[in-house]
Amino acid sequence: MSKVFIIVQANEEARSIVEALLQDNPHAVAQESPAMVRVEAEGKLTLKRATVEDLTGQPFNIQQLHVNLISISGHIDEDDDYLTVEWAN
Amino acid sequence: MDMKVAKKKLGIKERYGHMTRGLGWEPTYQPADAVFPYDKYEGIKIHDWDKWVDPFRLTMDAYWKYQGEKDRKLYAVIEAFAQNNGHLNITDARYLSAIKLFWQGVSPLENYVVQGFARAGRHFRGEASRVACQMQAVDELRHYQTQAHSISNYNKYYNGFHSQRHMWDRVWYLSVPKSFGEDALTAGPFEFLIAISFSFEYVLTNLLFVPFMSGAAYNGDMSTVTFGFSAQSDESRHMTLGIEAIKFLLEQDPANVPIVQGWIDKWFWRGSKVLALVGMMMDYMLPKRVMSWKEAWEIYAEENGGALFRDLARYGIRPPKGWADACEAKDHISHQVWLLFYEYGGAAAFHTWSLTNEELDWLSAKYPDSFDKYYRPRLEFLRDKHARGERVYQSTLPTLCTTCQIPLCFTEPGDPTKISHRETVYEDEKYVFCSVHCQEIFCNEPEKFVQSWLPVNQIYQGNCFNPDVDPTAPDFDPLKAVLEYFKYNLGRDNGEFEGSEDQRNFAMWRGQASKN
Ligand SMILES: [Fe+2]
Ligand SMILES: [Fe+2]
Ligand SMILES: [Zn+2]
Repeated sequence: MSKVFIIVQANEEARSIVEALLQDNPHAVAQESPAMVRVEAEGKLTLKRATVEDLTGQPFNIQQLHVNLISISGHIDEDDDYLTVEWAN
Repeated sequence: MDMKVAKKKLGIKERYGHMTRGLGWEPTYQPADAVFPYDKYEGIKIHDWDKWVDPFRLTMDAYWKYQGEKDRKLYAVIEAFAQNNGHLNITDARYLSAIKLFWQGVSPLENYVVQGFARAGRHFRGEASRVACQMQAVDELRHYQTQAHSISNYNKYYNGFHSQRHMWDRVWYLSVPKSFGEDALTAGPFEFLIAISFSFEYVLTNLLFVPFMSGAAYNGDMSTVTFGFSAQSDESRHMTLGIEAIKFLLEQDPANVPIVQGWIDKWFWRGSKVLALVGMMMDYMLPKRVMSWKEAWEIYAEENGGALFRDLARYGIRPPKGWADACEAKDHISHQVWLLFYEYGGAAAFHTWSLTNEELDWLSAKYPDSFDKYYRPRLEFLRDKHARGERVYQSTLPTLCTTCQIPLCFTEPGDPTKISHRETVYEDEKYVFCSVHCQEIFCNEPEKFVQSWLPVNQIYQGNCFNPDVDPTAPDFDPLKAVLEYFKYNLGRDNGEFEGSEDQRNFAMWRGQASKN
């Protein structure tokens, strides 16, 4: 199965995104490089709004991801409550 | 009167629908084909433009909001960097060569992409595709502008950052990205989309903007990493669009598949050649290295690109023709391009140098199959000569590939000791290429590529001297005259790093920063 990834900046705002990804996708791993964190997983990764909100205690709009996003791979499905990246193979 | 019922806020998908559907109209003063004259001649068949969907579903209000937020963060960093002499926190002034090359050769491409998307946005019939192209044109303009603003701070202190616009149209190595951009800009709108959104942005830009920018952070350049990641966050949207665009074209009509495959073959190869410059930047120009070009290629091209092409196999798309050769070249291109620039260092508007033993050891470890065997001995030989006061500078001009315009410095697949060289005769004129793939690109569009403005050929034809120069004068120095035509400050912009003004100034200012 192919790997998908979401890369975000290594900063305070994005920390909750990384934590939410690791929490909701037990098969995902985070790799840190200077100034960035790459979360990768076999097949599929989902970011859930509710998880980020639980972690920060603040409202989170899925599209806020754009502010700290560096790169992403796979097909994207985005709605108000989640964003999923996935390969069909 | 109707009762006002408290309505649920629209979801992302509904908002996107309202933003991008039903906004167009059937023209009545002119037939639609006259209003959109360019979206059929390439042979691409579109039956239903409404099938075009932007998966991020960003609406205009959200777009401006998040872009504004990105810019505020970025400009705060740029300002702090300028106010606090951030340039003295970089690892070493050698690092600046990478940023010079970025500014001279990459930033102008952003401007070309602005033009290309503005044009594609005008010429596609579907409203959603036009909205997407319009946003992307604005994004790319932001990239050029933020790069200009960030890098202008270096221009206050260091050489080689001036005259970017002038150099772009003249300097020999800049014709590599320039011809790439102009090839895309002069293609039809669908080919442009596959060239830029898909082949370049989806398959290849991660290599430039992810590991290289992380490397900028590692080398203390907060300004560059911030504009780099800020731009790449837009690229995430562009890449997503690239993959959507290709799915859209492939699903619209089976007749589109072979046309698209031809463009993938062409543009993957062209892009991989341009990125050879980035390979050199990562392996040689970053004093502190995050990962090798080879490792970056394996993660972002082989693994991620491989996943993509497995995914597209269901449409009958195969990996690009040059795929295997480009993958084999990951062991070689950064070294070959560095050696080229080292030897032509007198003619480049950035510095080159000899590597330290630790740096050579790092490359030996990262390239166990190629470095010690083919490249380390040559680099040590050149270093020894330099130490004896015989710094090597080539003064004869190289042969350029007619397609990618890179001097013939790459080797045959399967034989890293033999320079790869191909020739084609077209209408009694001989054309030279760096590879079978560049040759094939030429042969598919000879009328286009016979127009290539090849700097070396132009120099030999006498077209690269300032107007007041007299080439018949007894003391005429052609190389010097060409570099003046490029607007180089001779002896300051070009040549060896050791002993350069940039090296001396950086050392002096850094000294002043740590004591009175
Ligand atoms: Fe860009
Ligand atoms: Fe882009
Ligand atoms: Zn070539």
